[in-house]
This record gives sequence, structure tokens and C-alpha cells, in this order.
Amino acid sequence: MSEHFHFQPEDRPRLDSKYLLRWEKSQDAYVLLYPEGVIKLNTTAAEILKRCTGESTTANIATELKALFVYNADIENSIYKFLEITHGKGWIRS
Amino acid sequence: MAKDGFEVSLDGQGKPMWLVLELTYRCPLKCVWCNNPLDFDQYGKKELSTEEWKRVLREGRELGALQLGFSGGEPMLRDDIEELVAEAERLGYYTNLITSGVGLTPERLKALKQVGLKQIQLSLQSANRDLTDELVGARAHDLKVEVARMIKAEGFPMVLNVPIFRQNIDQVDKILALAEDIGVDYLELANIQYYNWALLNRDELLPTREQIELAEAAVNAARQRSGQKMTIYFVIPDYYETRPKACMNGWGTIHLTIAPDGAALPCQEVRVIEGLEFPTVREHSLDWLWNDSPLFKKFRSDEWMKEPCRTCDEKEKDFGGCRCQAFLLTGDATNTDPACAKSPHHHVIEMAISKTRQKHHEPRPLVRRQIGAVTTMFMAQK
Repeated sequence: MSEHFHFQPEDRPRLDSKYLLRWEKSQDAYVLLYPEGVIKLNTTAAEILKRCTGESTTANIATELKALFVYNADIENSIYKFLEITHGKGWIRS
Repeated sequence: MAKDGFEVSLDGQGKPMWLVLELTYRCPLKCVWCNNPLDFDQYGKKELSTEEWKRVLREGRELGALQLGFSGGEPMLRDDIEELVAEAERLGYYTNLITSGVGLTPERLKALKQVGLKQIQLSLQSANRDLTDELVGARAHDLKVEVARMIKAEGFPMVLNVPIFRQNIDQVDKILALAEDIGVDYLELANIQYYNWALLNRDELLPTREQIELAEAAVNAARQRSGQKMTIYFVIPDYYETRPKACMNGWGTIHLTIAPDGAALPCQEVRVIEGLEFPTVREHSLDWLWNDSPLFKKFRSDEWMKEPCRTCDEKEKDFGGCRCQAFLLTGDATNTDPACAKSPHHHVIEMAISKTRQKHHEPRPLVRRQIGAVTTMFMAQK
């Protein structure tokens, strides 16, 4: 993926339809399931992806995450970076 | 955040994350590279019932299985597949159907969508009708392409799996174009692995190194072209690597296959290894089979390893390769997989490769997977 997509605050990212996000008790974590693959998510990643429904704007997602992870001052940057990378991987659409 | 690992890799933590149900070995096709056992026709009467498969599904989920493959043979030959998918979905699996496409009618596709099937992996052997039909020993090409379009029309994510060998590797370009036209999400161009029927026919099927390089270049060009629309995997044969594949990600670590007769297997080829016992879900719980059976413990750690594996600094990476290939090509399953250049048996791989370069190659007939094609009477009882 040569060119990166840059999310703007008003964009509404959504999970690609090939991916299924859900809580998996046996892993004690959220997992992302897709054809022939499983990815175990850490808490931050899961909290972002849960909000990628096509309804929330990137700005809203950032506000909510800031409230959840108050100790992380730089979380806003991290969120945009995360969205960019996962967009590149095809997990989310703009 | 990317640094603190949003993509935590799943090592399974000792759980069988991947459960594959080989519902039946019956199949209308006669593919010359089939990885089903040579005595596949001995399993028909021993197939598990619907209720027995449902018990496997429940016990698998309790063990932590997440990804579920319905495979075969041709799984659509079972008339309870819709019922099994429904049960698997109820239990919370991610359900994958692995099919040749034969028997996948529009009605059954709709029914599968209704019960929640998540994705379909369809096999196709070439971009050309006559070639596909010859390779699978049946008129299947047109039907497969039609089924591929039906799958997309029904809205399923789709993996198009194309087994690659000498006979079709030169048309990778055309296959890529066909896959783009159909709109598949994932294209797997997978050089076949040489077990069972494929091993019988290996000298005719193994491509040359030059063929593989050309195909890889075509794949790279297509990746540039299709961007995010289609993910393309290109799997080169381990014969041309100098290190073995990390087979099954290690014996009994994340993969669990249930054969049609209920035998619980660390991989689908493992019955080729002589001297092992293969207990079934009819006599044992899945928990015991996975955690405690001698079969699953056999090569689970690295205590079984001999040199050069035992002191190799790459043993954590490839686990010594494939136990089945070690047995088939060296006669001892505890040997290093001969695909590894460090193996003292690596010459058996080099010999197979050197045959692909022979100028005066006398073509030999390919053995089709069908009852009576070979006699298995003198094989060890399993």
C-alpha cells in the first residue's frame, strides 16, 4: 500500500464488511476475525475499532478515547496513526 | 500505539484456535494433487453423523477454537452442512466453507447465508476450460466460474484458491485477470504441497525455478494494479526454499483437524506416518485428544528433535519443518524436514528439482484420484 489515506476529523471510519469484531472469552480480549485469520486486539485498538461503525466521526472517536485513557496525553495522534495503518491493512474503510 | 502492539499475534496459548472438519472424503473430482489419503474410499461408512459433528463443534468451542473450516473431500456432498453451519454460528465460530463449488446451488448458497456462514473458499485450477476439466477429471470449469459469481452476488467474502503446479503456473496472468473480473477478495496462488496424490505425481507436477520466478513477477505486477481490492497470496513450494515451512505453526499448537471417521489429527496428512495411533472422537473427548493423547504429545515440544534441529538456532522459527514430509522422504518422522538445506537428506529434494531441469523429459501419465487408480491393499493398516 504505497499511498496512505489520511483521516480527517469529519471522516466516519467503518470496519470493512469482511471483518468481524467481537469479545472472545477464551482469549480474555477482543478479536478481529476474517477469512482464515484471527487477530487479538489490545484494549486501545479494540476501543477504537468498536467505534468504527460509519456513524461516529474521527473527532468523536478521539474525544471518547481521550476520556477513556486520560493518562495517555498523546492519544489523539496515536488514533490517527492507528486508523491510517489499519486502513492500509484493509480493516477499515473511510 | 502501533508500537505497543495493537496487532497482538495469537499463539493460541495452547488452544486449538483452528478447527478443520473434514466432513467427508467423497468428492466428484479426481484431482491429481489431492491431499486426501490414497485409501480415501475406505472412510465412507465410517463418517460421523450430524449429532456426532455437533458434539465436536461444542467441545471444540469449549477448548477455545475460533476459526472453523468445513472441508473434505467435497463438504457440499453432506446434506447436513446447513445444519452444522447454523450450530457453529450459534456457538460463536467464524465459519469458513472450503469447497470445489460442485453442489453449491443458488438455493443452498442462500440457505448458507441465512444460517450465517461467514466466508467461502472456492478452488479453481486454471483460467481455461479445457485445462481445468483435464486437471480435475470432470467438466467443472464453467460451473466453478459460475459458482464464483454466485458467491459474490450473495455477498460473501471469497477466497479463490488456485493450486499451482507445472501445468498451470504459466497462466498466472490469466488467472489474476479472471479473479479480478470475478471480484474475489483474496486470491491464493498456492504451489501445491507434495503428499498423497500429489507426491505420486510429483515428477510431473513440480514446476521449474524459472517458472516460479516468472509467476512471482506477474503476481507483484498485479499487486500494484489491484491495490486494496484484492489481496494476493503467492505460496512458493518448500522444495525451492532452503528452510522448511513452520508446518501447522508447530505440532499440536493451534491446529486441530477431525477426519471423516472422527480421528483427531494435528494435520490432515498425518496418517501417512506409520506407527502412530489415531484415536477418534467416538471413543474420547476432544479435550483428552488435544491435551493428553499420545498422538498430540508426540512432537509437541522439541524433545523429539535430532541433529541438526536440536541445536539449531532456527528451531523456534520452523519447528524442524513438517513431520509427514520427514517421514515420507527420509523414512523417519523425527528427522529434520529434508526441505531444509541443513538436513543430511536434503539431496532428495535436490534430486526432485534436478528432474524438472532434465532436457529429455519423458512425460508420464498422471494418476487421478479415484477408486481403483491405485491399490492400497499392501499399505500398513491404520
